[in-house]
Amino acid sequence: MAIKQLTVFVQNRKGTIVAVTDILAKNNINIRALSIAETEDFGILRLIVNDEKAAEKVLEEQGYLIKVVDVVGVKIGDEPGKLTSALDVLDKADINVEYLYAFMTRTEKHAYVVFRVEDNSVAESVLVNGGFKLITEADINKL
Amino acid sequence: MAQNYYQKEIETMPVEEMKKLQSEKLVKQVKHVYENVPYYKNLMDEKGVKPEDINGIEDLHKLPFLTKADLRDAYPYGLLAKPLEDCVRIQSTSGTTGRRVVAFYTQKDVDLWEDCCARAIVAAGGSNKDVCQVAYGYGLFTGGPGLNGGSHKVGCLTLPMSSGNTERQIQFMTDLSATILCCTPSYAAYIGETLKEQGYKPEDIPLKAGIFGAEPWTEEMRREIEKTLGIKAYDIYGLTETTGPGVSFECSEQTGMHINEDHFLAEIIDPDTGEVLPEGEKGELVFTSLDKEAFPLLRYRTRDICVLSRKKCSCGRTLIKMAKPMGRTDDMLIIRGVNVFPSQIETVLLNEGYQPNYQIVVDRLNNTDTFEVNVELSPEQFTDKVSNVLAMEKSLANAMKTMLGINPTVHLVAPKTIARSEGKAVRVVDKRKLI
Repeated sequence: MAIKQLTVFVQNRKGTIVAVTDILAKNNINIRALSIAETEDFGILRLIVNDEKAAEKVLEEQGYLIKVVDVVGVKIGDEPGKLTSALDVLDKADINVEYLYAFMTRTEKHAYVVFRVEDNSVAESVLVNGGFKLITEADINKL
Repeated sequence: MAQNYYQKEIETMPVEEMKKLQSEKLVKQVKHVYENVPYYKNLMDEKGVKPEDINGIEDLHKLPFLTKADLRDAYPYGLLAKPLEDCVRIQSTSGTTGRRVVAFYTQKDVDLWEDCCARAIVAAGGSNKDVCQVAYGYGLFTGGPGLNGGSHKVGCLTLPMSSGNTERQIQFMTDLSATILCCTPSYAAYIGETLKEQGYKPEDIPLKAGIFGAEPWTEEMRREIEKTLGIKAYDIYGLTETTGPGVSFECSEQTGMHINEDHFLAEIIDPDTGEVLPEGEKGELVFTSLDKEAFPLLRYRTRDICVLSRKKCSCGRTLIKMAKPMGRTDDMLIIRGVNVFPSQIETVLLNEGYQPNYQIVVDRLNNTDTFEVNVELSPEQFTDKVSNVLAMEKSLANAMKTMLGINPTVHLVAPKTIARSEGKAVRVVDKRKLI
């Protein structure tokens, strides 16, 4: 069920992010979601793209450090309190969220939330039991 | 200013007499080493030199050199010339077993070393009326023990502070009116800055002199320290292989360091050919211990690039002078007074499961060395979690600290981002401009 997140290591320097997005653009890869974690020295870009295999290939060819990790995506209603209830479900099951980011869609009245957790299958089942609908690679590709 | 000497007869000895004294000592020392150090006997035998061939300092060039590689091969006892029962002390440099120097001292060796440091303290104006604050590290590092012993010999009231804990340093300095400070120049500068921040003016600081060494420093830095602390700052030189600080020391003229050449015979050689160069020419500094009993190194190549001079000195000392070292013939760095070889960083990286793709960046900020190590991250090690990457940096820094004794800042960087010159990675970027 899990969706693929492309993770890219970059130096925290001027122009490093645009270099990555430029490579993706030139290869006709569409970014669905992007989150950046930065420190004084380096940054870690987390991307959901329409074709992660192609993105991995082109970035690796350019010498980037890439890691593809499985993350859990859920669909939540675009209204106040929905993210809280999703987090509540995970918290009650004692699941630690390493990081998360959310993005809106153009077509649906939903937001998508991406969770990075230790054990995806446990998180997925508690979210499903909590009434949430998981998103799949197919959903991402339809965006 | 009126000159005082600790051992006037030696320090002002006419050059011809000094050469005679050196010759007598050399003949004896070569015999002692040949008979007691099989490692060096083999080197002499290979070269076809017998102790009888050495009749004075004019024959010094016939003897084989010793290098750091020999110290490594002979570690730990291979160059020892006295039974351990006769030894009372060891001192050591930082580093791995391969790079570590372990030097042995008999009581006489310790005495001789302390005399050398005493000469330096007296040359800086010290006497039994002084309070001498020793803020070099104590322990295996030679700085603290050497100056501590010298201070005792002069009869100074000695404050054995060791390095660090600047607040306490300042408290003792001001409460007990320390007049002489011994430490690394960068620590002296740091103490000066701290005093300034606390509102001390140079005239409020009781110090009159400082004896600073164990790391390279510039004339500009000297003037700055002198201004901030309101003192005269003297350079001191030494290395664990020969004895520690006090191999040479500066006098009031501040134009180079007088070598205690009654104990340490100096030569300048061409580092490529090994040929002895005439006085005044730049080359590698080589020392022969004339008096040391336990660890008497003959023709030890220091790797320091230097110039010697017999120009008459206004202080009255006739001891030959060496310039501040102008560089190294190897890749050793001196960072915050600690010897660092790039190969040590490489060893840590391999031990910790990293590829040896790294770059050391050294700079000097507010008179203190900064020490950064950039390490290329490999795809297997990269994770999407910031906390993991930060933890890896911290753990690498700790491993390097254990190896070197000083703390670097480690930055993990993307692959192939470390500058390469003609395909070869640039391992060291030293921005300190010390020469």
